[in-house]
This record gives sequence, C-alpha cells and structure tokens, in this order.
Amino acid sequence: MEKSVAADYAAVSQSEKFRQLIASKKRFIIPMTIFFFVFYFALPIMTSYSKVLNTPAIGPISWAWVFAFAQFIMTWALCIIYSKKSAHFDRIVSEIKKEMGA
Amino acid sequence: MAIALFCAIVLLTLLITYWAAKRTKSTSEFYTAGGGLKGWQNGTAIAGDYMSAASFLGIAGSIALSGFDGFFYSIGFLVAYLVVLYLVAEPLRNLGKYTVADMIAARFADKKVRGVAALNTITISIFYMIAQLVGAGALIKLLFGLDYTTSVLIVGTLMTIYVVFGGMHATSWVQIIKAILLMAGTFVISIIVFAKFDFSLTAMFEHMKTATPLAEAYLNPGNKYKVPIETISLNLALVLGTAGLPHILIRFFTVKDAPTARSSVVYATWIIGIFYVMTVFLGFGAAAFVGHENITAVDAAGNMAAPLLAKALGGDFLFAFVAAVAFATILAVVTGLVLAGASAFAHDFYTHIIRRGNASEKEQLRMARWAAIGVSVLSILLALFAQNMNVAFLVSLAFAVAASANLPVILFTIFWKRFNTAGAVTGMLVGLFSTIFLVAVSPNVWNPEAGKAILVGEPLINLTNPGIISIPLGFLAAWLGTYLSSKRDEAKYLEIMVKANTGA
Repeated sequence: MEKSVAADYAAVSQSEKFRQLIASKKRFIIPMTIFFFVFYFALPIMTSYSKVLNTPAIGPISWAWVFAFAQFIMTWALCIIYSKKSAHFDRIVSEIKKEMGA
Repeated sequence: MAIALFCAIVLLTLLITYWAAKRTKSTSEFYTAGGGLKGWQNGTAIAGDYMSAASFLGIAGSIALSGFDGFFYSIGFLVAYLVVLYLVAEPLRNLGKYTVADMIAARFADKKVRGVAALNTITISIFYMIAQLVGAGALIKLLFGLDYTTSVLIVGTLMTIYVVFGGMHATSWVQIIKAILLMAGTFVISIIVFAKFDFSLTAMFEHMKTATPLAEAYLNPGNKYKVPIETISLNLALVLGTAGLPHILIRFFTVKDAPTARSSVVYATWIIGIFYVMTVFLGFGAAAFVGHENITAVDAAGNMAAPLLAKALGGDFLFAFVAAVAFATILAVVTGLVLAGASAFAHDFYTHIIRRGNASEKEQLRMARWAAIGVSVLSILLALFAQNMNVAFLVSLAFAVAASANLPVILFTIFWKRFNTAGAVTGMLVGLFSTIFLVAVSPNVWNPEAGKAILVGEPLINLTNPGIISIPLGFLAAWLGTYLSSKRDEAKYLEIMVKANTGA
C-alpha cells in the first residue's frame, strides 16, 4: 500500500504536466526573487557606503526617500504580479489533480 | 477616559473568547480554527499578529528621533512578505498541519527533526514574548499609571485566557480587531498631521529640515546606524526573519488551501504596507508637534512619541484612543506567541514525540491547554524578572534566530533534493546556538559602563546584529550536515515536491 502511493507520486512527478508546472514556476520565481533581494539590499548598501542618495529628487525630498517609498511600490507590484501569475499555475495544478484522481 | 476604552477592549475580547470557547471542541479548532478562515480574515489577522507595539510605538519614536534610519525597520518588515509569498506560504500550507515542525517532519520522519524544530519555535516565541511583555509593562505604566508588575500580570492573564479557552478562533479575532483599531488610529493621526502641512509632501519634508536638533541631517540616513555592516546585518535579519517566525507561519494553517494562503499574504501585505507608510507621518508629526525634548523627557528611547503626538493633536480623547490601540496591539501579538509556543509543545513534543502519535483527541486538547498555561506562566515570570533590563534587542534576536535556524531548513526542505535528516538537524541547531552565542557576547549584553547593558565588561564581538554571521552559518551548516551524511531519499523528495506544489 505504502509502496504504491510512493510510486504514484513518482509517476506524477515525472508526468509532462507536472514538469511543465515546475519549469514555469522556476522561470518565474527565481528571477523575481533575485530581483527583489537586489532591489531591497541596494538601499542600505547605497546609504551605508555612499552619499549619492542624499541629493534632492523632488524639492526637499532626497533620492533616499524616493528609493525607500519605491520599496513599497515594488512590494505591492510584485504581490499583484504573483497573484496574476498564480492563476495560470492553479489551472495546471487542477489539471494534474484531475489526472491523479482518475 | 483611557481606562474606559481599556475596559471596553478587555470586555469585547472576553466576549469573543466566550463565543470562541463554545466552538473550540477539537485540536483542529484549537490549533487552526478548523482551517476555515477566509483570505481577508487571515490576512487581517496576520497583520494584527505581526504589527507589534515595537513597530507602532518603537518605529514612530525612532523616526521622530533619528529620521530616515527609523524607516529601515518599516521597509524590512514589509519587503519580508515577498519572501513569505514567493517562497514559503503555499508549500508550507500544503505540507503542514498545525506547526512549522509538521512541515519539516512531512519530509523527515526522524523524531530528532521534529524535536529540534519545536525547540526553535519555543525559543523564538519566548524571546519575542519577553520583549513584548517587558515593553507592555513599561508602556501600560506610562499610559494608564499602573505599576509594572500589575501591567504584566493583566496582559499575561488576558493572553492566557484567550488561548486556553478560545484557541485559534479567539486569537484570530483578537488579531483582526486589533489590526482594524490600529489602522484606524494611525490613519486618523496621519491625516491630521498631513492636514497641518496642507496635504503637501514637499511642505512636510521642507519643515522637517528645521524642526529637530539634527536640522538638515534629520532627513539623511546615518543618524542611528553609523556602522555599515550593522545596517546591512539588521536589514538581512528583518527581510529573512519574518518567513521563519512560527507565530506568523502557523497562521497559514487556518485557511483551507494554498490559493487562500496566497490571498491572505496579499491582503496582509497591503495592510502592513499602508501602516508602515503611515509610520513616517507619525514620526515626522511627533518630531514637529511634540518636539525632540518633550519626547525624550517622557521616554529616552522615544516609545511614547505616538501617544504624545495624539495628545498634542487631539487632546485627551485621541490620547486615550491611541493608548487603547497600543494596549490591543500588545495583546494580539502576545496571544499569537502563546499559541505558537503551546502548539509546538503540545502537538510536537507531547503528541508526536512522547506519545508517538497515540494520544486521544481529548488528551491532546487537554495538553494543548496546559501547554498554553505553561508557556504563559514561564514568560510572565521571565518578564517580571527582566523588568529593569534593556531587552529591546530580544525582538531583533527573535528575527535573527528565525532567519538563521528556521528559514534555511524550511527552504531546503521545499527546494533541495539532496537535503537530508542530518542536514536539517545541524542546520537548525547551528542556526539557533550560533545566534544566541553571538548575542550573548555582543554589546547588547556586555558594556564596560555599568547600567548600559545587562552585564558589565567588554563585549567579545563588536556586532549588535548577529544576522550577517549567523544566517550564512545556518545555511552552511544545513548544507555541510547534508553532505557529511550519506543518507539520501529522492523518492521522498519527489513526493514532497508533488505535495508542496499541488496540495494533493
């Protein structure tokens, strides 16, 4: 019994649809994750090691503040992108589950 | 006035607990509210669980006193949710049942793995709770004039009642109500502050250049964090810690599936983000309308900046409201922590390790309630003992342990085929103990001047934020432990991969 369940998971993991799901998730998640880490750490690195962000951007508001608020915009934007993209993954998942249930 | 609102909050939360107690008849109801929360409910509860008094009062004070540097916390606390959303939330929901250890144990059946994971959860929750309770004691003393011991006992008793009788149902609704109150309070203050500058951001920033003793430097980074490596170390722990905090992660078991877990993170991110943007208005407002001297006269660390601002803008009524909001904020966070600690003890240690999964539903539920009492009593005693210690660093310590001991193992469990039992155990233990060691020999604990830290003497390492060393160490230990053991089970990984990605 245990054996056949394990074999089932192995079979699903080798299926065309599942491999397609994992591949497209990787293509999406890895670059996005690298992007938000770089974007995030750019702020403390730039403020710690240089003064370039202390120059004015909009009147009295310096680039440091603009970049800080941009972190919020970036976070919300990536949330929206993830939700949109996930709808596509959910469709593949429900197809895989249908095949598994059969 | 403040006391009346304070009593109203206590009464409301006790009514919720009474309602919740009638529904809490099984372990699933106790640990996860039966998994029946909607996305918006769980998202709001995550926000309520997460935005602590340290964020509300601490960040507002930090921005008021040191300008830009205080805002680093706001940014790190928010961007951290991208790590939760992109890497952790959905696999966690698909693999786990009640606790973080469940998720790791889904792949590694060895009892050691579950035991160490539970130890991490309990350690993080207790550290975080001591910081919250000590802060709560000091705060309630300032806000309502009660003495420290009474304050800690009031908060401690309430959190115990919520969890013991109402479990996750009560915890969730206390957190939802707190989030709504906190957002309402900060919104009102922010709007009043913004109105004073005719709703002009440039006018506000222009004014801030002359409003504080720091003058123009107030708006520039570097007033508080002068050592680059400390700034980066702090930011590292902030952004990676959230995705390893047990009291946040267990919230994902309260929804029915991965898509709902995802939508809860998105709701939480909107609420938390809007809140942290408003911390700028609170901080600037306090600096401009209360003034540096008046803020530090009441509390040197600036923790009273937001309530003082409320008083300056709206008199006694707004002050009373903000004080009540701060009280609700503390309650919601410590309640989440008690539940996280209690579930690790009862579900992981008792049910799975001591009873080997053979405890009846009734025995499990009884143990969960006793564990909640145990965790609460222990934290209350530690908080009473720590009254005169500066324990604010325990918050960042909790984040650092979460990032160093939990996150590496959570990520490797989901994404790394070769990962094995030995790697999981070494990763968690090295992450935990290296972080504690680094803090124990740091300037947080040691200072040559008496009274500045807990102990008098030279610190061994001149680094207050351990993350930059302990987080890589946690990953390295998990990796090294894996390769030093020949064990590998790829069939199991395929199963985990299918479950994590499909929920099947």
